[in-house]
Amino acid sequence: MTINKQKDGAALTLAVEGRLDTITAPELEAALGEELDGVEALTFDFSGLEYISSAGLRVLLSAQKQMNRQGTMKVTGVGEVIMEIFEVTGFSDILTIE
Amino acid sequence: MKEITVRAETAALDRVTDFVNGELEALGCPMKTLMQIDLAVEEIFVNIASYAYGPEGGDAVIRVDARDGGVCVTFEDRGIPFDPTAREDPDRSADALERPIGGLGIFLTKQFMDEIAYEYRDGKNILTFSKKTGVA
Repeated sequence: MTINKQKDGAALTLAVEGRLDTITAPELEAALGEELDGVEALTFDFSGLEYISSAGLRVLLSAQKQMNRQGTMKVTGVGEVIMEIFEVTGFSDILTIE
Repeated sequence: MKEITVRAETAALDRVTDFVNGELEALGCPMKTLMQIDLAVEEIFVNIASYAYGPEGGDAVIRVDARDGGVCVTFEDRGIPFDPTAREDPDRSADALERPIGGLGIFLTKQFMDEIAYEYRDGKNILTFSKKTGVA
């Protein structure tokens, strides 16, 4: 997994590529821990994301909870395989997917 | 049928996934099905790695039987008896933000695999799931 960060004032975009699984999810969690302070608009660009497991879903859920308190969060570039995972878990109802 | 024995720890996940994918490649399985099988493998293996054994740890055996347009994956461990399939599915009517996150992995496994079965036999947890791969 690679994470490309782009910060523009209070807007942060994290482009996550590869596999977001039990091994790599802690890296994304750490990146959010470092970067999320003062962020009002968080975007996850998942156009390069190939795979997500429940470990990755946990990180998204905790990011959503934090952004509900301090701003907005959206997810872009979601492919078919990952969309299906969002749908069966109900994550498609709580995430803003564009 | 091929099998691999690894330490039941999350650090071994890549080895387990590579092993299963290696067996599936020969089937020419569609990418989406492959991802769903990877997901089930991860959720079940991580569950074993996290909960089966105490601090002393232990082993897990993973078997893959890929044939006749389908795949069957079996996990065995000698940890505490635990039936993940007995867990209730998450309450979809509850606000997803407030739903307990635990159980999501086994829920995904049940959703994406065709069959999942658990038994405790000879001191071993034995969990098997199967999925049609659509390639005869």
